[in-house]
Amino acid sequence: MSDMEHSSSSESEKEDREEPSIDKYRRGDKLKNLDHVWDRKLKSRLKHFEDRREKAAISAAKAELLLPEEPGFLEADGLEKTYKFSQKEIAEAVDIASAQKQFDLHLDKFGPYRISYTRNGRHLVIGGARGHIATIDWAAKRLGCEVNVQETVRDVQYLHNETMFAVAQKKYLYIYDNNGVEIHCVRKQMDVNRLDFLPYHFLLVTVNNYGELRYQDVSTGSFVAEYKTKKGPCDVMGHNPYNAIVLLGHHNGVVSMWSPNSGAPLVKMLCHRGPVKAVAVDREGLYLATSGLDGMMKIWDIRTYKLMYKYNTRSPAGNLCFSQRGLLAAGQGSYVNIWRDVHREKHKMPYMKHHLLHSGVSDLEFCPFEDVLGVGHGRGFSSLLVPGAGEPNFDALESNPYQTKKQRQEGEVKALLEKIPPELISLDPQQINKMDGASKDVLLQETLDEMQKEEKFDPQHKTRGRSSSLRTYRRKQTHIAEKLRELKRKKMLARQKESREEQSSGKRTALDRFVRKTH
Amino acid sequence: MRVKVLSRNPSDYARETKADIHRIQRNVDPVLHPLEGAREYQRALNAAKLERVFAKPFVGSLSGHTDGVYCMAKHPSVLSCLVSGSCDGEIRVWNLSRQQCMLAFTAHSGFVRGVSLNTSGTTIISVGDDQCIKYWPLETSQLTFSQKLPTSTIMGKTVFTGIDHHWSKPLFATCSSQVDIWDESRTEPVHSLVWGADGVSSVRFNPIERNVLASTGSDRSIALYDIRGVSPLRKVVLDMRSNSVAWNPMEAFNFTVANEDSNLYTFDMRRLDQALCVHMDHVGAVLDCDYAPTGREFVSGGFDRTIRIFPFDQGHSREVYHTKRMQRVFCVKWTGDSKFVLSGSDETNIRLWKAQASEKLGSLAPRQRASLDYNNKLKEKYKEHPLVRRIIRHRHVPKLVYKQGKEKKIMLLSRKRKEENVRQHSKPDRLPPRTPERRKHIVSVVA
Repeated sequence: MSDMEHSSSSESEKEDREEPSIDKYRRGDKLKNLDHVWDRKLKSRLKHFEDRREKAAISAAKAELLLPEEPGFLEADGLEKTYKFSQKEIAEAVDIASAQKQFDLHLDKFGPYRISYTRNGRHLVIGGARGHIATIDWAAKRLGCEVNVQETVRDVQYLHNETMFAVAQKKYLYIYDNNGVEIHCVRKQMDVNRLDFLPYHFLLVTVNNYGELRYQDVSTGSFVAEYKTKKGPCDVMGHNPYNAIVLLGHHNGVVSMWSPNSGAPLVKMLCHRGPVKAVAVDREGLYLATSGLDGMMKIWDIRTYKLMYKYNTRSPAGNLCFSQRGLLAAGQGSYVNIWRDVHREKHKMPYMKHHLLHSGVSDLEFCPFEDVLGVGHGRGFSSLLVPGAGEPNFDALESNPYQTKKQRQEGEVKALLEKIPPELISLDPQQINKMDGASKDVLLQETLDEMQKEEKFDPQHKTRGRSSSLRTYRRKQTHIAEKLRELKRKKMLARQKESREEQSSGKRTALDRFVRKTH
Repeated sequence: MRVKVLSRNPSDYARETKADIHRIQRNVDPVLHPLEGAREYQRALNAAKLERVFAKPFVGSLSGHTDGVYCMAKHPSVLSCLVSGSCDGEIRVWNLSRQQCMLAFTAHSGFVRGVSLNTSGTTIISVGDDQCIKYWPLETSQLTFSQKLPTSTIMGKTVFTGIDHHWSKPLFATCSSQVDIWDESRTEPVHSLVWGADGVSSVRFNPIERNVLASTGSDRSIALYDIRGVSPLRKVVLDMRSNSVAWNPMEAFNFTVANEDSNLYTFDMRRLDQALCVHMDHVGAVLDCDYAPTGREFVSGGFDRTIRIFPFDQGHSREVYHTKRMQRVFCVKWTGDSKFVLSGSDETNIRLWKAQASEKLGSLAPRQRASLDYNNKLKEKYKEHPLVRRIIRHRHVPKLVYKQGKEKKIMLLSRKRKEENVRQHSKPDRLPPRTPERRKHIVSVVA
């Protein structure tokens, strides 16, 4: 009896778990009302399409059963608090393989370290401010390459896979191989402060000390866009993985959002009462976390640009990072605070805390697909265990931590073939699938403007003496006259339609029968 | 404290032996696949481009005839057998899978106007310019016959212009100045159906409603007959002569006619006052048409040296095939496995083309098939986007066809504009009626 009850409750649990998850596979609302569709063939096709879409969503939700891994967790019993647990305690309570993921690299001599993980979380590159650069397969503790470039290093960033990484050095931007060999020195990028990589567009985004934002396509090496932000030097940059929009934080507390298609920022938000110190967006593109020198850390809903919660952290958080499952790591001086579920409510205390002795946090990044937070600080690098941070089930066709050399090569080719052109970057990533919402008048006006644009018409040079200047002039004039005629015709038709609509919509009075009808 | 840190066993994600394929772990959560719209659009663009890269429709040509190929016939049960008749009176039997001629013999003095096979495929019946109907025995297994003489010859009174065999009974129909229905065992026609035309150019039996047949006459008409009745059924007169008729093998009452005014018209037999669809893309007279066994598409060959494949319900062609060597196309056929299209032309060759130009022939691995299906679906989904549409629709056509096509478009546009202007400037009580394109070319329907 109790078994049956248990099974039924677990079934209802499963149903509860299934019901909300179908929504995320639906990708948009159902077409509820098809009554306004007159065409019967179109109506039946739309109905059939909706049925298949629903079936696809249900089968995708059912396939969740096949996912092998469960996410990590940290729960405190009784009066204990999760933020009291130290890394050492967690490492002791966990299996050996996971305990090995918690380690420290003591590198005192070469200054605060900036770090970057590859997209699949296998490799890590660390760059010290005094010129030390090293790539590590951090899980296997294997060194890839180690170089000292003898120059200030401001930022490091892995490109699409572990074979290439970019280093923003004192004067120029350099691109290195996985063996530490310098492949490119990009002289056009001068004094670069921060680097970011948009993986699906193969775009390396850089912002420098003169406030210039540059988008460079790393597959061809060409510059897609270069804009002057006109807000002075900028060294706070993040990007929104949902729609590939780049966010910059400025000295006047403004966070601006950029795409390579417009020279002016798409959105400007006044976030803080002083300079913005850090910016981070979560994976789904819903929440924005910003921190400023005024000591506030604010959580915004990025779709409506409204403030959700604000935290008064006494010392400003110089680094922010969202994990794949929504944990927010804030680096404040020598403390690292990790907050969980920041979008749901304002928490009094963080989920986890870590204190670095004798050094300040210079860079934070969550390792993809692992419960690990990498911290670059003044005395080297630390890898911290954060249960529940990483996405447990990866998709091998996107990024595979266990990829073989052949899979990496094939993946690179496929990614290059599917490289998205930068013209498609906009605030709404689904815009390519949407209908043009403009009204008919606007569309007509646009076509008329197109026609009116003066195009240089060069009459073709004809042979056998048919290209005398008089004939060429006449041909040119005929072309211009035809264009004008078409234009006038279209305008006349549009005007007639307008007048017809006006007349039909107007109310009939007694005197209307004396109005001469034009049709 | 209860703690669990994500730790994966690497052996779960690696293949067991070297002979296995690698494991691909999948998670279809949309959060893991951002920017879906743009990526799919890019894939659709690549799919359209690859389709054009792999579009190599020409498979082979069957050469052997010494004069233009005038008519072709498919064997009713053997897919690889084709019979063709040429303008010098020769009939050849081909094996399509080997692309070889199995039999060749002189059948008539003058043109071979029509060939047909009986329901079991054991006899070839041919008609020619020498006013004869000749029966030739055919051994399907070896595609040979022992004697090179016809088993029987029937002399007629006038030149026969076409022949078609009934789909199940031992009857066939010939057309000359009238439509005659013959029984295989008799030397006189069983019925003669006359209805006004001076000459009838082609005749076809309906594959589903087998007692119904359609004929095209020189008085620009298409007449429908039922062999069970004595009098003809009904007739529709168009504004130009039709060259050929083809019945839809999936829809019993629909047929398509190939007309001299470079259009093809699809009619519903029950309602002849309006065409179901007008197919416009040829720039010269259309000489022959044939349906695919699926009934969803048909092929047409024209005087403008191209063959076009049309969907059954759309007004424009989805595919055009042409070669410098292929001159006026007299006859076209769609093979019984719906994968290939045959065209017999003026310059003595029969050409074999793929119906889907970029199709990969042969058996495909399941992953290949899945990938091709995905690409097809992507092209279908994004076919209205301007860049994708431009690539999908792009076809090279010979310069003459291109120029004539443009001229035709300009002419039609100017006619339309003139009609519009007339409407704009005529009094409301004397507005000319708007006739849809499907009705415009029909002169009358005679019951």
